[in-house]
Amino acid sequence: MSVTQPSAIIIGAGFTGCALAYDLAQRGFAVTVVERGELASGTSGRTHGLLHSGARYCVTDAEAAVECIQENIILRRIAKQCIEYNGGYFVALDDADLAYAPVFSQGAQACGIPVEEIGVKRALGTEPALNPNILAAYQVPDAAFDPLRLAMAFAASARRYGAKFNTYHDVVGFLRDGNGNICGISAVNRHSAQPVEFQADITVNATGAWAGKVAEIAGIPVPVRPTPGVMVAYEKRVTERVINRLCEPDDGDILLPQRRMAVIGTTSFEVEDADYIPVHPDQVKEMHKRAALLVPALVNIKMRGAYMSARPLIGGMMSGRSLSRTFKCYDHRTIDGVDGLVTVTGGKATTCRVMAEKTADLVCQKLGWQRVCETAQHPLADYHLYYQSTEVAA
Amino acid sequence: MTEQPWQVHFKIYRQRSGQKPYIQTLTLAVDPDEYILDAIERIWANHDRTLTYRHACHHSTCGACGMRVNGCEKLACITTIRSVTQNGGNLRIDPLRNFPVVSDLVVDMGDFFLRMNKSGFDSVALSEAACLPYEKPKILMDQAEQVTERLVDCIECGLCISACPAANTDKEYVGPAVLASIQFMYAQNPSQELIDQADHHSGLWRCHSAYECTQVCPSGVDPAWRIMDMRKKVLTDRIKSIFRPRSQEKKNA
Repeated sequence: MSVTQPSAIIIGAGFTGCALAYDLAQRGFAVTVVERGELASGTSGRTHGLLHSGARYCVTDAEAAVECIQENIILRRIAKQCIEYNGGYFVALDDADLAYAPVFSQGAQACGIPVEEIGVKRALGTEPALNPNILAAYQVPDAAFDPLRLAMAFAASARRYGAKFNTYHDVVGFLRDGNGNICGISAVNRHSAQPVEFQADITVNATGAWAGKVAEIAGIPVPVRPTPGVMVAYEKRVTERVINRLCEPDDGDILLPQRRMAVIGTTSFEVEDADYIPVHPDQVKEMHKRAALLVPALVNIKMRGAYMSARPLIGGMMSGRSLSRTFKCYDHRTIDGVDGLVTVTGGKATTCRVMAEKTADLVCQKLGWQRVCETAQHPLADYHLYYQSTEVAA
Repeated sequence: MTEQPWQVHFKIYRQRSGQKPYIQTLTLAVDPDEYILDAIERIWANHDRTLTYRHACHHSTCGACGMRVNGCEKLACITTIRSVTQNGGNLRIDPLRNFPVVSDLVVDMGDFFLRMNKSGFDSVALSEAACLPYEKPKILMDQAEQVTERLVDCIECGLCISACPAANTDKEYVGPAVLASIQFMYAQNPSQELIDQADHHSGLWRCHSAYECTQVCPSGVDPAWRIMDMRKKVLTDRIKSIFRPRSQEKKNA
């Protein structure tokens, strides 16, 4: 067991990086976060904003579904400030959807997701903009969240425990000790163009869709496939609840209310490099079509924005939709014989807290530091306080 | 894309921290319907990795990508190139005014966020309260089932502060976003503390009624209306206090 305070560098300030900074800092680590851009400026910021109930995955990916419902309940408790919680509906539009309903209902119950068939009349009564031809409706505890503010709330909580955030710092290399193990990173402060080095007992690569690229700097392979999808935002909030199509995960199957907007998503295709992903007009058109199936009035509502976000899917032989939406942490000592580096990737925004918990568990185990996770128990700090100067919590 | 790409001359404000600013010029072929933020991201990815800018959600829910585009405050993520220039035209990109520049297009939002926090700004409210008071709430079929909540309109992007002529002349000015937040919070839960944050010469009374804030607000907050409404509330409160018996004077505290 270490006598002195252990230290950790976290590369990436998306949801996972920010949640991990909070978790490790609360467990007593001296945490330094290094992020190439603004907080949540990669995949996290550009997420659809759906706090999954898990029902979307309850048939195809039960493991991810169970994670989602557990974390859904926790985040609704600790991150109220960032979440609009009105629940969601799954609606059947055709006979194929109807045929899926029993499998869906059983799957959801098996995963512990509270699901209730509510009847078409009640669904249309509470959501008058819904397609009047729906054939069935189920209610689930979906919610919408504000992506940047969720990351900021985790970061603000981390700061309360002394974590330091270095945004606009590009990682350019890994520092090695005499045994070839990783003991820190070298970076460039992009505000000043000055080089800077950080040293720590452990470095965590929490760069999601970029985890492969960052690990490559250390000559280590990490099989991550950046798998973008398009989202289209509309000028008007047409429903109060999340509207899902009652079918297996498909393109344009989720319509989300957020502030005054409605946001439809998404598609799924693979890219080599997630740094710049153009918004494909044909995919935007397809989203218009799919959105109008759920809420016909959207045909006449102006588009407000369209954007791409690259999921960090963990590689293997399968592709796209069939890859699991759960996450993995890799200890590069056991896999590649390089100590001092851990990678966490995969997963979903909804599960960022548990991703951080499992990664922090692994880090603590590696360093023989016996502190347990408490992040599920306490509300997060107010997100505004990300900007407060570092203060150690009482 | 059905039409030919446009040639657009980007003129971007560049400044390393603590050094002299300059304007970088780049000519790019663009789809006129491309969002300015996507063009900036493309410039960063393909042309100049040293460019710094703030962004996160790319659909106007986070408020990070506020910039001045050809002199006018915009959220870069929902502003198309077509809406601000023409084929062969210029596209000047500057950081927001009235915030310290950290580098290039990145400004320091710290003080502003802490002021918002001090006003008690609540980012989630019941849907009815989240609407502007002069908007008609929709008729609901089942009231009991329709008590819903939502993220409120202000995304703390700072466009209103950048556009405000009063903020430009008075560094102490509380500013439109924070005053709007005070009005919003006061409407739900009146308190003397909120009045004290707003009722002074660098608060409500500094506003010149230029209405630039409402003009540039991308989110329908209508800060200028809220400032006027808050003035009305403060004055009403003062007048009432004249007639209030002494024993009740602290009632609102």
